[in-house]
Amino acid sequence: MVKEVSKELIRLRNVSKFYHMGNSVVKALNGVNFKVYNGEFVAIMGPSGSGKSTAMNLVGSLDVPTKGSIYLDEVDISTLSESELAQIRGKKIGFIFQSFNLIANLTTAENVMLPMMFQGEDINERRATAKKLLSLVDLGDRLDHYPGELSGGQRQRVAIARSLANDPEVILADEPTGNLDTKSGGNVMEFLEKMNKQGKTIIMVTHDPDLAEKYADVVYWLRDGILEKVTKRVGKRFVDVTKKTKRKVKGKGGK
Amino acid sequence: MKDFFNLAFNNLRHRGIRSWLTLLGIFIGVMAVVSLISLGTGLQTAVGAQFGISNTELITVQAGGLSSAGPPGTGVTNKLTWDDAEAIERLSTVKAAIPRMMPMGKLEYNDILGFGMAVSIPDGERRKLTHEIMDIEATEGRMLKDGDTNKIVLGWNFYASDDLFGEAIVPGKTVLIQDEKFIVAGILKKKGSFIFDNMVLMNEDVVADLFDYGEDADLIGVIVKDKDLMERAKEDIEKLMRKRRDVDKGKEDFEVSTPDAMLDTVNSVLGGVQAFIVIIASISILVGAVGIVNTMTTSVLERRREIGIMKAIGARNSQIFMQFLIESGLLGFVGGLIGCVLGVLIGIIGVLGINSWIGADVAPSVDFVLVGGALVGSFLIGAVAGIVPAMNAAKQNPVEALRG
Repeated sequence: MVKEVSKELIRLRNVSKFYHMGNSVVKALNGVNFKVYNGEFVAIMGPSGSGKSTAMNLVGSLDVPTKGSIYLDEVDISTLSESELAQIRGKKIGFIFQSFNLIANLTTAENVMLPMMFQGEDINERRATAKKLLSLVDLGDRLDHYPGELSGGQRQRVAIARSLANDPEVILADEPTGNLDTKSGGNVMEFLEKMNKQGKTIIMVTHDPDLAEKYADVVYWLRDGILEKVTKRVGKRFVDVTKKTKRKVKGKGGK
Repeated sequence: MKDFFNLAFNNLRHRGIRSWLTLLGIFIGVMAVVSLISLGTGLQTAVGAQFGISNTELITVQAGGLSSAGPPGTGVTNKLTWDDAEAIERLSTVKAAIPRMMPMGKLEYNDILGFGMAVSIPDGERRKLTHEIMDIEATEGRMLKDGDTNKIVLGWNFYASDDLFGEAIVPGKTVLIQDEKFIVAGILKKKGSFIFDNMVLMNEDVVADLFDYGEDADLIGVIVKDKDLMERAKEDIEKLMRKRRDVDKGKEDFEVSTPDAMLDTVNSVLGGVQAFIVIIASISILVGAVGIVNTMTTSVLERRREIGIMKAIGARNSQIFMQFLIESGLLGFVGGLIGCVLGVLIGIIGVLGINSWIGADVAPSVDFVLVGGALVGSFLIGAVAGIVPAMNAAKQNPVEALRG
């Protein structure tokens, strides 16, 4: 399948997020700009404290920026109400977390059905979709298992199935392999790559440059709340396409 | 909506014992109310049956009034007479007025002396009417006939137990009443009333002779022409009797009572007891509700991460609110359900206990309206208790909640 990168899906314009900690202000993000196009595999890279989690929360409309605007499908989500944000989140964004974040009291099928329930979908349709999605991540035989009965890799695959439940445009993955061993991590990444090839836009937050450059088309490098550089895959190499200083970065890995 | 019930139900299944303990208040409260009201219906019927209040078309006229101590007619100087009965019977609202005698007398059998109440049964066609009104029939032997001058019919207890006279008295045996010999003609069917089951039926002329009644009567049983005329007949009789006995209104030395009035007396006593229990139960339910507030608040704190996840995957605030509200309501409902089951059981066991204790025969009843109301009420109490915690859950910031 040929990837089609065309429409602008997400745009951060001069986005800042400040937190108040006692008397001091922590600038988690400070004037960040970037665009994500439909069908891209984007990595947001940075060490801890770089603001990458904040960036993900903002892109995922879990939070609103202190300054600036965030456009999702040309809608400025920084102006929406909590309820509208929830609606958009449920429909357009699928989340994958480092710690899986499945609901322990629900079976895998029920976990996958939950996002559809919040969108008011019919129970039979939910069940059918959940079954289909779980087969897609090779867990078709684990529908009635509880998360506690699954391995880490399996849990993360359930999370992938859940993130796809409402057929979102973007999948946001926050350190998806962070809690997994190399083998299951690789397995999870394969599924993400597969989703991407089928046209889903994927935004992955990671601190691991190797992982970022192995799978992503574009890597946004954050440091101390500022976008340090942007690198883009050109052939097998990554090229620095930062507007100010264009310099080449040695591409790692590549496929 | 159904989804939220399923989800809430699912969450409840995974609750720890701590959550269930907080339901104690609700369940004790509901249990108290349900069992007492079930028992109350039983008690009311039992007490009513004990006093022989079963027929609702019978007005009783007594000298001295209900408040006077002892059996009807005792200790009264100005007795009712057969003339009074005839006068009452001439009233347009009255079908029949039967003078009755109920003297206490001594009864000897098997060389054992006992005391009991003789009850007069009139002759002629009024005999059948009296049997109907008192709802009595023979279970052994036969009822009395006109001209049975040396025959009696005994209440069930004389026959059922040998405690009284060393052995059960069966039809055909001879007993001594006021030192006169009488042959037992029959035994009355069990009534479940200490009055009916211990009485001795005799023809009225025999009672009058034996106990020197002359023209007096202990009470007059009045049968009204139509059930709807009860109140009017009561007023007519009171007016007539005031005139005949020459007393002013408000100073009556007699009492005209309808079965409704007697039942009211019984009910008002039981009602007082019930009201007290209901107050206690309400306090218990209130404590239970506070318990639910507590457990739900804790639950919201414990499940912050879950709330964060649900918000991340698209749950709106209203949906989170609903889920916690329903969960809280279901918590109350479960408390109510346990309370209802135990309450109904206690009610049934209690009524059976009353039956065997005082020999009454009350069928245990389950008031489904009461149970339904208690269940709906418990759900609502739970839901109301859950409003504030559910609001707290709904307004969690998703980012902070996800951090746990």
